Amino acid sequence: MTITDDIESRSPPKHDDGAVIYRHRIATRVTHWTWAIALFFLLLSGLQIFNAHPTLYIGQQSGFEFDNSVLSMRALQAADGTVGGYTTVRGHTFDTTGVLGMSGPAGDPAYRGFPAWATLPSYQDLATGRVVHFFFAWFFSAAFLIWFVSSLISGHLRRDILPSMADIKTLPRSIADHLRFRFHHDGRYNGLQKLAYAGVLLVIFPLIIATGLTMSPGMNAAWPWLLDIFGGRQTARTIHFLCMAALVIFFVIHIVMVLAAGPLNEMRSIVTGWYRTDKQKNEEHSA
Amino acid sequence: MTRFIINRRKFLTMAGVAASAIPLSGCDAFDSMLSGQSRVREFLASANGLTYRAHRALIGADTLVPEFAASEIRQGQRPNGSTDPTDTDYLALKDAAFANYWLTVGGLVEKPVSFSLDELRNMPARTQITRHDCVEGWSCIAKWTGVPLRQILDEAKVKPEARFVVFQCYDTMNLGLQGAVPYYESIDLIDARHPQTILAYGNNDKPLAVANGAPLRVRVERQLGYKMAKYIKGIELVSSLAPFGGGKGGFWEDLGYDWYGGI
Repeated sequence: MTITDDIESRSPPKHDDGAVIYRHRIATRVTHWTWAIALFFLLLSGLQIFNAHPTLYIGQQSGFEFDNSVLSMRALQAADGTVGGYTTVRGHTFDTTGVLGMSGPAGDPAYRGFPAWATLPSYQDLATGRVVHFFFAWFFSAAFLIWFVSSLISGHLRRDILPSMADIKTLPRSIADHLRFRFHHDGRYNGLQKLAYAGVLLVIFPLIIATGLTMSPGMNAAWPWLLDIFGGRQTARTIHFLCMAALVIFFVIHIVMVLAAGPLNEMRSIVTGWYRTDKQKNEEHSA
Repeated sequence: MTRFIINRRKFLTMAGVAASAIPLSGCDAFDSMLSGQSRVREFLASANGLTYRAHRALIGADTLVPEFAASEIRQGQRPNGSTDPTDTDYLALKDAAFANYWLTVGGLVEKPVSFSLDELRNMPARTQITRHDCVEGWSCIAKWTGVPLRQILDEAKVKPEARFVVFQCYDTMNLGLQGAVPYYESIDLIDARHPQTILAYGNNDKPLAVANGAPLRVRVERQLGYKMAKYIKGIELVSSLAPFGGGKGGFWEDLGYDWYGGI
């Protein structure tokens, strides 16, 4: 076997198994695991930071004497005197007792946005949440820069991530196949996969970094245009939160797909780079 | 082409395995590692030094934060932290409508000086409409009027060995068993000499309210709210922050917050 490009390379098939190809370069694998670790800590410490003021707004400032909030998690006392956790999304209030707004044991409830099990540290500690968040933010951003530059140079970005016209045309079929849990393992990404990875890597990752910087008063002095493109510090905070939610959804789908596609082979490819394709007749692949 | 067909049972089993990993994120597992002065926490906090240096390299010393139109002032300045100090010397000042107030400037200066409130009000002033960003995440736009700190420093003639400006305050914060601890804060000379760094005595065209730090508070517009000490008693130019409080450069810093609040 010879190592050539990420997903491009082929090697002669070995008896009845599919070919084993070199699928992920070292840069892809290292940045993948850097992101996996960093995003875990960024999420949990981010929810800790959010809990310090669990309300999101639109615009430059938080409305205290006017209402520009779009999401809020609070503990409220109902008419019968019982206290519960309530989440308000654009004016619609939902009872989220036990998870959002109020959580913890019945005898000792905690009035907090996200529950203790979802934050780092588990107790309320904004200072430590910020320490953890900013530490891993450096790793996350550095990995993004390394991945972007190396993928641009190697052609990985153009070849495997950016969807082509052909990918777009086969999207309906790709969606139908996924809904039936039919996966084609030729080692290439189908249109849906390309769209998902391009969305995460080229839209959400840069967006979450840029909106994070927009919340910094220091960066507002250096790059005031950040406030203009995102419509204000509080809107940037809201977008940052939405990017987080999108990444959580992506993570769940990603794990389900890895499990459905054969976790050992998938795991081997993202650890060692080597991936076993389907048995024969994979010349006419769907890409 | 062979198709990978997964049956429902297999799928549910695997989904169950994946879902069972979620509660593992229960983060009390990391609590002891991150508490107080643990080595891990100190290591993670070292990234703050990187952030500070990156900002200093990226942001020009005199680069201003955006200022806003008067129409953006849609509410009063939301007070936070201590909002009504009950310390005796402060109450005495407040009862006399701050007529006996003096701001002292000392430490590593050629000429220790002090100013009455009237003297400060008669100095060349700067008015700016800026956004106050709280470390908690909220923001509030307000108009601030005061004396540029740079002018005060120039009058006192800062010695070359001075590196930080320390603000001593009238308010004390109750820390339970440790009792009342006086609020203090510090910034470096780059932020101290920044054109938008002012000692504010006016807010939204009125004298500064007690809840917002009367009679005098600091505005350090490129940093978060906790860096902007209220109820200032005195300013001290120093070469090291070690002798003050817990040695971390401020009341909140001694409790674990970063000294550089630019992010």
